[in-house]
Amino acid sequence: MPTKRKELLQVAALCNGTAIDHIPSDVLFKVVSLLNLQNVQQPITIGSNLESKKMGTKGIIKITDKFFEDNEINKIAIIAPKAVLNIIRDYQVIEKKQLSLPNTIEDIVKCNNPKCITNNEPMKTRFEVVNHDNLELRCQYCDLKIRKEEIVLK
Amino acid sequence: MSSKKSLVSITDYTKEDILRILHLAKKFDQNPNRKYLDGKICATLFFEPSTRTRLSFETAINRLGGKVIGFSDAATTSSSKGETLKDTIAMVSNYADLIIMRHFLEGAARYASEISEVPIINAGDGANQHPTQTMLDLYSIYKTQGTLDNLTINIVGDLKYGRTVHSLIIGISHFNPTFNFVAPDELKLPEIYKTFCDEHAIKYTEYSDFTEDVIDQCDILYMTRVQRERFTDLMEYEKVKNVYILRRSMIENSKQNMKILHPLPRVNEIQQDVDDSPKAYYFQQAKNGMYTREAVICDVLNINVE
Repeated sequence: MPTKRKELLQVAALCNGTAIDHIPSDVLFKVVSLLNLQNVQQPITIGSNLESKKMGTKGIIKITDKFFEDNEINKIAIIAPKAVLNIIRDYQVIEKKQLSLPNTIEDIVKCNNPKCITNNEPMKTRFEVVNHDNLELRCQYCDLKIRKEEIVLK
Repeated sequence: MSSKKSLVSITDYTKEDILRILHLAKKFDQNPNRKYLDGKICATLFFEPSTRTRLSFETAINRLGGKVIGFSDAATTSSSKGETLKDTIAMVSNYADLIIMRHFLEGAARYASEISEVPIINAGDGANQHPTQTMLDLYSIYKTQGTLDNLTINIVGDLKYGRTVHSLIIGISHFNPTFNFVAPDELKLPEIYKTFCDEHAIKYTEYSDFTEDVIDQCDILYMTRVQRERFTDLMEYEKVKNVYILRRSMIENSKQNMKILHPLPRVNEIQQDVDDSPKAYYFQQAKNGMYTREAVICDVLNINVE
């Protein structure tokens, strides 16, 4: 019982909105920036380095009165594939959603080819996800394939 | 397909697209002087110099009766003042009906095709793509063999960095080829292209020795240059530099229909005495480039060729 109580207290409860759970601590603030949360006016609670049985430590983001479109939220799948979306209404989790990786990743990942046009022009990058299971991307400009462990965010 | 169709990569072409272009090229081969571009302006933007490719394109445009604007060296343009590619393309696509571009950065042509109001033909983007070279290689094979189907193709030299080699493998993959890849260990074909062959059920064998036995099997002998600057270990270069040289004596027992191709420029990898052989085809191959480019230009502009 005391443990349960401690968990509950880690982050304040949400009346209506979205709680994004199971974010790896080291990418938490990258997720904040990818979702453009700095421009959101509603209350946001960000918890970092919280205890997690599965992950060791994790991050949580709770946003009041904010519900994401799939294409908006799925872009964080590239850095936090295991993150879970809790849709909350009236203090109840009414839906839990797993993220799914989109087929195209736009302007999130940097191309690792220094001679790629995307590293030399003020433009967006675009990658096709060529392998969903074992994350692999292909630059749609220079054709370079990038494996999961080689991914560098813009 | 919309009225704007660019050619950026050989992977943009289906088997049907390739055959359509080859049939068009054959028509221009029979009669290259046809005024389909009368009243049209074509821009040749060469951000990186390439005399051979530019002259081939500009001759093709002239034979089609079109006018050429452009530059052959980015140093003389505003891109040297820091203008973005986007701005240059946006500006030129106001003036020209078609843009043919070579750029030192990879993916530049794809990006230009997204910005431009008029079709883009990629004349080479860094080490990435040079699709009209592949089309002229395919036309040369088709013209000399009468078909693209079921041929044995030896590719010799720098298979690691050779852009023309990689594109040729993809371009001819629709036609059930058998490949013999001949290269020094340091310049072997990258895994990704071997996987490509496996996925398309294409038979291939790798060799590090360039022997008559291998030459005698093939219909097409595609030679490329082993360049000194590609080697990290110069000792290794010294060991192999004379191994991948084609001499007249080596083709004595080759097939009657066999033809030798080379994307040019050649240095010493094909000895001069091979040039007189009826099997040497590399200069005609370059000429075929003009017909093929006339075909590609008319195709991207949706011009109906009689």
